[in-house]
Amino acid sequence: MTNINLLKPNKENLNLFVILGALFFCLGIFDFCLNNFYGKNITSFLPGFISFFTPVIFGMFGLYLIRIEFSGIKLLDNLNKNINTNNFNAALSIGIIILIIFSVAPLLNWFILDATFIGDSKEACTGEGACWVYIKTWFNRFMYGMYPNAEQWRVNTTFILVLVLMGAGYFFPLRYKKYLTFYYVIILPIISFLLIYYLISGGEFGLEWVETGAWGGLSLTFIVSFFSLIFCFPIGMMLALGRRSDLSVVKYSSLSFIEFWRGVPLITVLFMSAVMFPMFLPDGTYVDKLIRVIVAITLFEAAYTAEVIRGGLQALPRGQYDAAKSLGMGYWKLHLLVILPQALKLVIPGIANTFLALVKDTPLIFVVGLLELVGMLNLAKTNPKWLGFSMEGYVFAGIIFWIICYSMSKYSQSLELKYKTDR
Amino acid sequence: MKLKKILPQFFTLLFILLIFGFFTMNAQENMDTRGIEFGFGFLKQEASFDIQFSLIDYDGSMSYARAYLVGLLNTLLVSFIGIILCTLLGAVIGVARLSPNYLIRKTASFYIEFFRNIPLLLQIFFWYFAALRALPMPEDAPLLFGSSFMTIKGFYTPAPIWNNFDVFMISLVLAMIVIYFFNKFAQKKQEEEGKQYPKFLISLGIFVLLPALTFIVGGVDLTWSFPVLKQLALTSFTYEGGLGIPPELIALTLALTLYTATFIAENVRAGIQGIGKGQKEAAASIGLTPSQVLKLVIMPQALRIIIPPTTNQYLNLTKNSSLAAAIAYPDLVLVFAGTAMMQTGRAIEIVGITMATYLTISLTISLFMNWYNKRIAIQEK
Repeated sequence: MTNINLLKPNKENLNLFVILGALFFCLGIFDFCLNNFYGKNITSFLPGFISFFTPVIFGMFGLYLIRIEFSGIKLLDNLNKNINTNNFNAALSIGIIILIIFSVAPLLNWFILDATFIGDSKEACTGEGACWVYIKTWFNRFMYGMYPNAEQWRVNTTFILVLVLMGAGYFFPLRYKKYLTFYYVIILPIISFLLIYYLISGGEFGLEWVETGAWGGLSLTFIVSFFSLIFCFPIGMMLALGRRSDLSVVKYSSLSFIEFWRGVPLITVLFMSAVMFPMFLPDGTYVDKLIRVIVAITLFEAAYTAEVIRGGLQALPRGQYDAAKSLGMGYWKLHLLVILPQALKLVIPGIANTFLALVKDTPLIFVVGLLELVGMLNLAKTNPKWLGFSMEGYVFAGIIFWIICYSMSKYSQSLELKYKTDR
Repeated sequence: MKLKKILPQFFTLLFILLIFGFFTMNAQENMDTRGIEFGFGFLKQEASFDIQFSLIDYDGSMSYARAYLVGLLNTLLVSFIGIILCTLLGAVIGVARLSPNYLIRKTASFYIEFFRNIPLLLQIFFWYFAALRALPMPEDAPLLFGSSFMTIKGFYTPAPIWNNFDVFMISLVLAMIVIYFFNKFAQKKQEEEGKQYPKFLISLGIFVLLPALTFIVGGVDLTWSFPVLKQLALTSFTYEGGLGIPPELIALTLALTLYTATFIAENVRAGIQGIGKGQKEAAASIGLTPSQVLKLVIMPQALRIIIPPTTNQYLNLTKNSSLAAAIAYPDLVLVFAGTAMMQTGRAIEIVGITMATYLTISLTISLFMNWYNKRIAIQEK
């Protein structure tokens, strides 16, 4: 056996170095865990400063030992290439690993291990962790707001019906495909509105009337975003076309409309709809709060949608316009048949981002006194029987919003790939 | 042919005029019945409400105009801090997203996916009502960095007390002017003779030395006022002296920074990825060091891609700072569109002024960024 220099890892003694390196690496992690979670310092014989950094030193030395190029072991090569290219990278990797262990362990404890799941009152929560009983008790309120418990089937039925109607577009016979846009832009909103009006709001057909002030929770988030989404799209499209129009009055009025809404925060727009707008209507007319909010959000988001669509219109080559004109198409025909179908494909990611922003903006409607999910959380938090559980509430809402937004953004990415046409 | 152009314009105009006319007429009527007269005279009246946190002197006996100014400055303060912090964080995360290290890349993208998909308002609430509420009471707060305290009532840190502060400021401005001319001179020398000065080091030296000199000759002097625990009642404590940063400001800045940084990180990533590989290789092949490649070749080009969308994010941050109203940080919306409007009942004027202010801020930032963008754009000859 030739003499081995432990500080120069080489391929000849691969196994020795891999085992030694893994040993040192594990020692580093072990040291860190002991230090952090059990309060034991196995390196306390060293001076304080060095003892503090021993996990990093051990880990780095371990990674240094296994940094052997072209070892022939696939796993080791991949590992070296991805997290262990040089000393600096190794230090960063160890830092991240330590950070992950440091943050995941307490989170896991709080979420699951120390949490309380069973019970129906505050007294059940004695553990250190989260009190999911709180969410369980308030679940109906978080989902439906102040909507009477006995009537909540109406909200569920409406949502299921609307979802079915939305999905129905997929199953249109080929013959009627050309009416799809018409269906989504005009028929679906009307049916949904009627459903919501008669089923959720009630007051007819023997259903109890529930005022919009009692609506709330996550279902209100869906109602507000659904209508704002449906209405802001056509308005945004008109504004985008208006902004690129040759007619100067149309152009500048669209431009100033867009710039105005884009220049102010949504919260002031909602303030406007709450306190300023009633002043602009004839005395005695009353427009429902919810409708005012939906109109405000629609106009606000329409300005953003318009800018996104304009980007798509600008990205189309001039030749498309010229070609369509040379076929004798007029303004509307040209835009509806040639320009918009292509431009809209280009702006799918942008539109999806605007819609995402809209969903994330809905909690702001607390300004006018409508309480959707986040608003309900703030209400529940102040209930004297359930003080001190704000963390659970916000985490719960965060998870719900995260799932909604993340799946929307992933869906938009898949749409983008699907509609990608090469030019 | 001409009619086809005039008619749509005419109808648009008519439509707009009719709506405005209808609104104005109703507003006039409504105000008459309520006995209010449209006007901005109320701005001079006494505000008679207090504001928790103010950058300038303010108390209840001052006018509504002064209260407006306090709110505006608070909005600008949080936007300014937020913009600086989120730029730094966003740049770091954006670069980390492209790191060759798998763990760093994944951590960065986890951060981005996590924070951008949760509503900002929820994040603000989380930091303010859940995270910061878990901090210790003033009397139990541990000492941080030897002189600061992080408590449930805010962050207390030593405040500088200046003597002859204006001399110090003048020296700072002077230093900047000197640095500007020095850089111009160094640039010229490099172009003419190919001689390179260590520009950054010399600039830094001037920037530190010149103001430091004023301590010796200008009579400037700096002492620190430390926060001291004070008992208000049997169980109520607070800190006196020093600089107290209210928890509202901390929560708001934290949430705005973490949220906006995700978008800026994506911009930075897109900007760096937008530069062709050939650029890096070409720069390396003429013998530039990696840091020179980044500084002279990659960044100037990447910035052109990064700046326009980042400007948008700055504007969004400024507008989003209005969410402050939800946690009672006294910003423009809370002070003016909230309290002042409740007291005066002048909905139209106050909401109008608030919106006009945000419009002005937005337009100013975008004008400035357009100017900057033009300056660094490719100068085609």
